[in-house]
Amino acid sequence: MFTIDQLSLQLPMYASWWKREWATCLNDVSLTFATGEVHALVGASGAGKSLLAYAMMGLLPAQARLQGQLYYQGTLLDASRQRRLRGRELALIPQSLSALDPLVRTQRQVAWAAQRAGHATESAWRASQQALDHYQLNARAQQAYAHELSGGMARRVLTAMAHVSQARLVIADEPTVGLDPHQRQRVLTALRELADQGKTVVLITHDLRHALPIADQVTILRDGKSIETAPACAFQGAGTSLSSTYSQALWRALPDNGFTVSMAQPVDKETVVA
Amino acid sequence: MPRIAMRLGRLALVLLCVALVSFGLMMLSPIDPVDAYLGPQVAQVSPEQRALIAERWGFDAPPAVQFGHWLRQLASGDLGWSHVYNQPVSEVIGQRFQRSIVLLASAWLVSALLGFALGVMAGAKEGSPLDKMISTYAYLTASTPAFWLAMLAVLLFSVTLGWAPTCCAGPAGVLDQDVTLTTRLHHLVLPVATLALLGIANITLHTRTRMLALMRSDIAIHAFAQGAGRFDVAWRHGLRHASLPAVTLAFASLGELFGGSILIEQVFAYPGLGQATVAAGLRSDIPLLLGIALFTALFVSIGNLVADTLYGVIDPRLTTGGS
Repeated sequence: MFTIDQLSLQLPMYASWWKREWATCLNDVSLTFATGEVHALVGASGAGKSLLAYAMMGLLPAQARLQGQLYYQGTLLDASRQRRLRGRELALIPQSLSALDPLVRTQRQVAWAAQRAGHATESAWRASQQALDHYQLNARAQQAYAHELSGGMARRVLTAMAHVSQARLVIADEPTVGLDPHQRQRVLTALRELADQGKTVVLITHDLRHALPIADQVTILRDGKSIETAPACAFQGAGTSLSSTYSQALWRALPDNGFTVSMAQPVDKETVVA
Repeated sequence: MPRIAMRLGRLALVLLCVALVSFGLMMLSPIDPVDAYLGPQVAQVSPEQRALIAERWGFDAPPAVQFGHWLRQLASGDLGWSHVYNQPVSEVIGQRFQRSIVLLASAWLVSALLGFALGVMAGAKEGSPLDKMISTYAYLTASTPAFWLAMLAVLLFSVTLGWAPTCCAGPAGVLDQDVTLTTRLHHLVLPVATLALLGIANITLHTRTRMLALMRSDIAIHAFAQGAGRFDVAWRHGLRHASLPAVTLAFASLGELFGGSILIEQVFAYPGLGQATVAAGLRSDIPLLLGIALFTALFVSIGNLVADTLYGVIDPRLTTGGS
């Protein structure tokens, strides 16, 4: 339902104040996200995961150089269509908790998200109530400010804001960072539920282990390139059904799978630590 | 409640310090209160009589005793006698402040509201033609001296065009109680406009900076991801965030506004507190000068107190220990 066709992205970089260079952040990425699936984008930090999400939503800074095409439900997705579909068909659960406005109570923020998705004032308030109840945020949390919420609660508020939009494609950018196992499980289950309701979920994470239990497809990104897309079930045993050596090395580097780092294939340190 | 008590206690302490410093400055100044009191009659008074007056007024006592004496009088509500106006100081301040507050309050309100609105509009879209226009205007007026602008305004609107009166709070030769409201307002327009024009720039520039930061923040990107437009983000998030620096500045600038009003009242010959300050200074009216210094300190401190309280209302993170 969402296709990325040979997407390349360059961002300006100022080596000194008169000299502008272009850093290639995404290089010829082609991907397809199918309806009802959780599609995990896995890669080390700097691999271009979040930028890919921003490119899909059309939230890149104006000076970015973008090549390639995006298709949503078979139709070309250009900047003006992105603007129209944002918040209605396409939703983003941002990575940083600072995306919540510290000066606005939780429920009001969720209601604004609903209004932006086309609800009238009255129904937006009702929808926000329902969405927050759905994610088990009680009356006190609904009237709280962002700094009064725990990390897990703030995550669920962000998820509720994406949920209330009724978007058919939800991109979750690192939704489990900094959460304890219990909270993490809650957030991941919520994403799986969204996919089971027939939505498409793009799960961006640096942690392959947490993505696998709920993902249908996994794409490994490295240095702005898509290394491999494989079904989640391919990540098992010795990982021999994976076609690229990087994916295999990544899989084997996990603590449960031998914890081995092959010398022939240098792996980003951060990925191993994660 | 204890927080309010603490703030009031701090306010009293500030006033005490201001009293101490201004009293010290007066002691160090070359002004002789007896000379100032006698004025031109000083030639007809013998040195013995002068010494008698000084003794009567307690000038032979050490400064600390004099200060204590003055403080005790202040505490009982007696600010002293102004020989320039031949009235008790509290009455002079009261009458003059009534005039000044109209000028100050309207200039303050206009500059705060207009400055905030312009800042939000400019900051909502960085580099837009509207932003460039507003920024240029703000930078220009921020670097304009108040008295110069006031003199230009008098020259253009009062002398050349004849739209506004050149001076005072009412027409010359008309009793104060006979001046109608419209005439009063007519006399107020030019000073208020000049004072407001200068106040706007500061608030506009600070509000704009906060708006620019907000429009680049995660909050704004998240709102854009929800399908919000620039206007939506500026209206819902921007107004809240930008009001913090605007409120700070609006209340913290009460002192500056007061200082500006001294110049403006002088140029427009507006009989307010600012003009009385200049008169008291030039004619060595020590009780009036001290009274005005204390009153101004009180006025500015209350402004800061209000700003402090308003922060908590706008930004819930600043309410410590609240429920």
